[in-house]
Amino acid sequence: MNPGGIAFDRVTFTYTGRPVLDGVSFDLPEGEFCLLVGPTGAGKSTLLKAVNGLVPNFTGGTMTGRITVAGREVRGSTPADLADLVGYVGQDPLAGFVTDEVERELAYTAEQLGVDPAAMRKRVTEIVDLLGLADVRDRDLAALSSGQRQRVAIGAALVAGPAALVLDEPTSALDPTAADEVLSALHRLVHDLGVTVLLAEHRLERVAQYADSALLLNGGKVTAGPVGEVLGASPIAPPVVELGRLAGWPGPPVTIREARRHAAGLRESLAGHRPTPVVDAAPGRRKSAPTEAGPPLLEARGVRVEYPGGVRAVNGIDLVAGRCERIAVMGRNGSGKSSLLWALQGTGKRSGGTVAIGGADPAAHKPADRRTLAGLVPAEPADLLYAETVAAECEGADEDGRVPSGTCAKILADLVEGIDENAHPRDLSEGQRLALALAVTLTAAPPLLLLDEPTRGLDYPAKEALAARLGTLADAGHCVVVSTHDVEFCAEFASRVVILSDGEVVADGPARQIVAASPMFAPQVEKVLPGWLTVAEVAEALGRSGEGAADSGTSDDDGA
Amino acid sequence: MPTPADTTIRPRTALKAARHTTHPVAWWGWALLLATAAGRTANPWLLLLIVAVAGLVVTWCRGSEPWSGAYRVFLVIGLSAIAVRMAFYIVFGGSDGPTVLFSLPSATLPEWAAGFRLGGDVTAEGALAAAYDGLRLATLLVCVGAANALASPRRLLRSVPAALYEVSVAVVVALSVAPQLVESVGRVRRARALRGNTSRTPANLMRTVVSPVLHDALDRSLALAAAMASRGYGRSAGIPVPARRATSAALLIGLIGLCAGAYALLSAATPAPLAWTTVACSAAVSAFGIAFASKRVPHTRYRPDRFGWRDWAIVASGAAAVVGTVLSGILEPAALWPATNPLAVPDLPMWAAGGILLATAPALLAPSSRGGTP
Repeated sequence: MNPGGIAFDRVTFTYTGRPVLDGVSFDLPEGEFCLLVGPTGAGKSTLLKAVNGLVPNFTGGTMTGRITVAGREVRGSTPADLADLVGYVGQDPLAGFVTDEVERELAYTAEQLGVDPAAMRKRVTEIVDLLGLADVRDRDLAALSSGQRQRVAIGAALVAGPAALVLDEPTSALDPTAADEVLSALHRLVHDLGVTVLLAEHRLERVAQYADSALLLNGGKVTAGPVGEVLGASPIAPPVVELGRLAGWPGPPVTIREARRHAAGLRESLAGHRPTPVVDAAPGRRKSAPTEAGPPLLEARGVRVEYPGGVRAVNGIDLVAGRCERIAVMGRNGSGKSSLLWALQGTGKRSGGTVAIGGADPAAHKPADRRTLAGLVPAEPADLLYAETVAAECEGADEDGRVPSGTCAKILADLVEGIDENAHPRDLSEGQRLALALAVTLTAAPPLLLLDEPTRGLDYPAKEALAARLGTLADAGHCVVVSTHDVEFCAEFASRVVILSDGEVVADGPARQIVAASPMFAPQVEKVLPGWLTVAEVAEALGRSGEGAADSGTSDDDGA
Repeated sequence: MPTPADTTIRPRTALKAARHTTHPVAWWGWALLLATAAGRTANPWLLLLIVAVAGLVVTWCRGSEPWSGAYRVFLVIGLSAIAVRMAFYIVFGGSDGPTVLFSLPSATLPEWAAGFRLGGDVTAEGALAAAYDGLRLATLLVCVGAANALASPRRLLRSVPAALYEVSVAVVVALSVAPQLVESVGRVRRARALRGNTSRTPANLMRTVVSPVLHDALDRSLALAAAMASRGYGRSAGIPVPARRATSAALLIGLIGLCAGAYALLSAATPAPLAWTTVACSAAVSAFGIAFASKRVPHTRYRPDRFGWRDWAIVASGAAAVVGTVLSGILEPAALWPATNPLAVPDLPMWAAGGILLATAPALLAPSSRGGTP
């Protein structure tokens, strides 16, 4: 047993009769940066919250076993008593902020612990410098960018000088650049302060390179080991690891740098092949991206969205799109992606410009007619769902859309299999809930389908399933526009990429060309094998040339 | 390529460092004093004046935080309070007069419910009295809205001693619900439009707006409570259990006493000395509870909000409104409670009006965090 770090000894946690953690034992040495990996719903959050006592204190359930942090027994203490020992950072920093200014927020934990005011000021200043928050220390939290907010949340957890820091998906709502800021700040903290970090994240491609070790949580059981080994055996793995598995690289490598060193052979065997344009090998699917034909479906000219206070979220955007197009709108948080989508749909505010969908302006129509022109799935799909059961939700959608009974249920069944009709929509997994919201939207049969950040909270199989579903819809004649900063999802899904910055279009063109030219938006495979975007493309090319066991293991569409 | 420049920072907040921040207790004190003044009169001119003063100060002094829009929401709630009061008058009756506007079919109630009626004559005098009454309630609500808009409940919470863990967590959760509701309602309504749902039947609204919004509010409040606990809020370490219980009991009794006292002060039926004694006693019990508990909690403040002369001045300006209504109550009581039978245009009590006008002082004392632009 290492006294400095986090240790679990045969921890079992049962909630309403179902074991979430089943005899979990592991031992993290002091100062380790450990990544917690697992499919959606595997209980990652539960494990993290057990470290600081939020589970079972705030959730109920029964727990047995022994958890120690820096040699101190955790069970039997409340989260408040453990605040000097464990720092906890959640997914949405805004939801956890107690004050409204950066400095006060940073000092909050220290205040609660009764740190001497002089020592407190010194600590706050140190943390501000460590996390690069000096420029914003006097600001309101509401005025910060999302990356800055998350750094403040981490700083606030660290001011009390805890031995361990636990983070639950700290970067899943962030764009790639902000995520990098947060993760490199964390990396530095591990080195400078010797804090033991346990971090859960879905977007492994961002985090894997920083971690010293990994824990895989699947079915309530934990496997611990070096990052490459754990990810190599995990059902959830970033593209670079899948590429390594495909090519049989030893390790497999988890960073782009390592992978590049192994890539020479693979590049050679791929020489002379060209990737088959986007997704995938499902039978009956069109193999080439359909080109624009006929009059454009969507024609937006000079769209502007302004909010009170002189904030221009969207500043004169032109967007013309035809049926069957798969467009990804990318950009940093706050670059105007959501505002653009809402303005295109017509429900959101539009301060200027014109939007025509099949010649009609959606904003001039009543909501019920508007949704037959353009359907929008909001960033929080649950907002679209009211009913107590999935079946009732589908019936409600049929009524709202004045379509024959059973329409929505049929669309849902086509999108995803195996949803329990009697489940409450809030009890579904993220992927299922998104599919339900999508089905509700599709009930009105809109030719233009808009999705606002659909990939949050989805693991890799769920994202692949989503990309495949959206691809099918595009092939069926919908024009699908997705706003996202998920680079890997974009690589799987998009045929065309529009990059926004400060409410303006800075790049617009075929996906392959645009993402390849951008260090920020290039997917991992493109970084290792220039010209290739996804593991599936590489696997197919290898399969065609008859070499390499095209075992893409987890890239099956498992209908999450 | 997008620039790495930060797109969400608004320039106006950059001015923040230089400004003096008003103590949240000063804002809540000011607003509650204004509400007290509103509670002491039914004169519509005074009540409208109070709403205007609150509106002016909010426009001038509020920050750019998300809850700064709370004033408008409370204004809407206030208007609906008037509407509800009128509806109650029309259905159940109240004071009557000779000027009958229209008659509803009335039902005769049994003996034991004498004093109530259902339907019957609706008179101009009665309607006016009901409107004054509703306006008074609306003004009280608007004052609370002003307090919410001027100082976030979270800032107010900073001034609550952490010794009162259980009570104050309940207060945080309750207070943080209101401003978040504003945000949630907007989001849920937009999502509702996405489903093409424009039905306005109460059952539908309840299911598609009220229930998701409440669900959301509950989720967020729980998240906040969990986050506060993980950051050490209200650590029990070092406080013996009996002391904690004694403190909670003292505080609970004190607070209940304060509520009862405030009610007694507002209602005309209770003799003033009794009401004041109740308030003073319960304030003393609460203060004792807080002081007793705070001594035992090792708890420090990072750059505490100082209660400076400006804050005293803001509270004093609110007190001026109360003093004005008290003076008017002595010198010109008739104008403070204008008669509705016979119908007459009420006079404007000068003392009270003067006091309420003094309550605009914060507009000059505490310039807006938004650089003076309302």
